[in-house]
Amino acid sequence: MSRVVIIAANTFREHLRDKVLYSLVFFGLFLIGGALLLGSLTIGEQSKVVKDIGLAGINLCGVLIAIFVGIGLVSREIEKRTIYTILAKPVPRSQFLLGRYIGLVVTLLVNTSVMTVCFLGVLLASGISPDIGLVKAVALILVELCVLVAVSMLFSTFTTPTLGAAFTIAIYIIGHLANDIKALADKMQEGVIPWVLKGVYYLLPNLEFFNIKGDAAYGVSIGMNYVAASAGYGLAYAAIVMAAACVIFERRDF
Amino acid sequence: MKPLRIEGLTKEYVRGLRHQRVVTLDRLSLEIEEGEVFGFLGHNGAGKTTTIKLVLGLLRPTSGSVWIMDQAADDAAVRRHVGYLPESPYFYEYLTTEEFLLFIGKLFGLDGTILAKKVDELLELVSMNTARHTLLGKVSKGMLQRVGIAQALINDPEVVILDEPMSGLDPIGRRDMRDIIHRLKDQGKTIFFSSHILPDVEMVCDRIGILVKGSLKAVGTVRAILGDTAARSIEIVVEKFPRAAAEEAVRMGATMVERGHGVLISVHDENQAVQCLELIRSHNSRLISYVPHKKSLEDLFLQETGLGRS
Repeated sequence: MSRVVIIAANTFREHLRDKVLYSLVFFGLFLIGGALLLGSLTIGEQSKVVKDIGLAGINLCGVLIAIFVGIGLVSREIEKRTIYTILAKPVPRSQFLLGRYIGLVVTLLVNTSVMTVCFLGVLLASGISPDIGLVKAVALILVELCVLVAVSMLFSTFTTPTLGAAFTIAIYIIGHLANDIKALADKMQEGVIPWVLKGVYYLLPNLEFFNIKGDAAYGVSIGMNYVAASAGYGLAYAAIVMAAACVIFERRDF
Repeated sequence: MKPLRIEGLTKEYVRGLRHQRVVTLDRLSLEIEEGEVFGFLGHNGAGKTTTIKLVLGLLRPTSGSVWIMDQAADDAAVRRHVGYLPESPYFYEYLTTEEFLLFIGKLFGLDGTILAKKVDELLELVSMNTARHTLLGKVSKGMLQRVGIAQALINDPEVVILDEPMSGLDPIGRRDMRDIIHRLKDQGKTIFFSSHILPDVEMVCDRIGILVKGSLKAVGTVRAILGDTAARSIEIVVEKFPRAAAEEAVRMGATMVERGHGVLISVHDENQAVQCLELIRSHNSRLISYVPHKKSLEDLFLQETGLGRS
C-alpha cells in the first residue's frame, strides 16, 4: 500500500473519531430538518425553500469542516509534535501532505454523502421529487470543498492556525465575489486598481463557478458540460495550490 | 561503512528585524562506529536536539552534510535504516498502542502477519502488552516513552537515534531503558542518544561527545575522556576516634567533620589515607566506611561547559 494511502486512511480514521466533526454533521442535518419546517410555513414555494436551505446546509457544514479541520491537518501535527515521528520515517514530505489532503477529502465525501442521502430522504418525505440538478449541485459543492481544503493546507504550511483560518475565510468570501470583482475591474478604465482587481480575479479561485444551488432549487437545467468544466477548473486549481503547499512544506524546518 | 557520519554540520537562524545570526550548531563533525553506543551530552540549548533533527531531515542544514549507512541523509528513503525516539514523545491520541504500531509499520512497507508478529514482539519487549488496546491519549508519560521505543524499532533499524530516552522516567523505567539499550547493542545495532542523566550515560555508552553552545568540545571513550582513574579524594568515616588522633590527622593534611557518633575524614591521596588507617588501627577506633571519589562524568561535563565550581 502506498504511503499516501496509509496516511490518508489514518487521517480518515482520525476524523471518524473526532467528536467536533460529528457535531458539525449534526448541525448540517439540523439545517436540513429545519428546511422542512420553514418550507411548510411558505405558500407555494415549499419545494424551492426546502431544496435551497438543504443545499445551503450541506454547503455550510462542508465549508466549516474544510476550513477549520483543513487548517489543523498540518498545524496540529506540528503543534503536538506528532509530525516528528512521521517525517523521521521514509516518508517524503509531499506524500505526507498529499495523504493528509486526501484523508480530509474522503471525510468530506462521506459527510456530504450522508447529508445528501438525509436531504433526499427529507425531500421524499415531504412529497417533493428530487431531480438530477440537486446531485450536480452537491457534486460542485464537493469540488469547492476540495479547493478550500487545498487553500487551508497551503496556509497551514507557513502560518499559524488562526491566521491560516482567517486567510482561508477571506479567500472563500473573495472567491464568491469574483464575478463582481471582474465586473468592477472592467468598468474602471484607468489607474492601477483595475489591474490589481484583475490580478485578484485571476489569482484567487472563482468559487461562484461551483455555486449552482439556486438553479438546482428552481429546477433550472444545468448542462453536464458546465459541471465537467467547473469540476476540471476546481480540481486543477486545487492541484496547483497543493503543489505550491508541497514546495513550501519541503523547505520548512520543524 | 559508517552507520552515521556528520561532516561540518552547521545550523544558523536569522532572527529579528536586524537579521541577527544565531548559530545553534557550529561545524559539527562526528563519526559513529558500527555497533557502538554513543552518548551525546550537552546542557539545554547546546544543540543536541538540533543535531538529531538535522540528521533526520526535520531541519535543513545551513551547511555541512549527514550520511547514514554511506547514503546522503537528505533522501527520505535512507530513513528506512533508522529508528527514532523523539524527546518527550507525543503520538496520535486517537489511536490505540497496537493501531499506532501497525500504522508506523505500514509506513515502512510492512504488512500482514510479519507486521502483526513484529508488533507482538515489540509490545512484549517494552512491557506494553496489557495496554495494547489503550488509546495513546490515555497512557502515562512513561508508557508513551515505551511506545516510542517500540515504534523506533519496528523496522529493525541498523541505527537507533534516541533523544533524551531517560527523561521523565522513574528509576524502574530508566533501568528498563538501559536494559533495552544493552539488548540492542547485543543485537549489533548502532545507538546514538542524547541525555542529561550522566550516570546512565556512563553505564551504557562506549563513547561520548560533549556539546557546548553548538560546538563539540570532547569526544572519545568514557575512560579516555575521564583520563586518570586514580581517586581525587578519599572519605573515611570512623567511630571512637580520640582527639589526639584527630589532631595528628589534621597535621597530615586531612580535614575533619563530626558526623553523628563518628568523624568524617577527607584526605587527598592514597598515601594520606594509608596513614589515617594506621592511626585508626593504633587507637583501636572503629572503621565505618572507606570511599574513594574518582573524577566523574559529571565533573568533566561541568568543567567542559564552564559550569563547574573552581
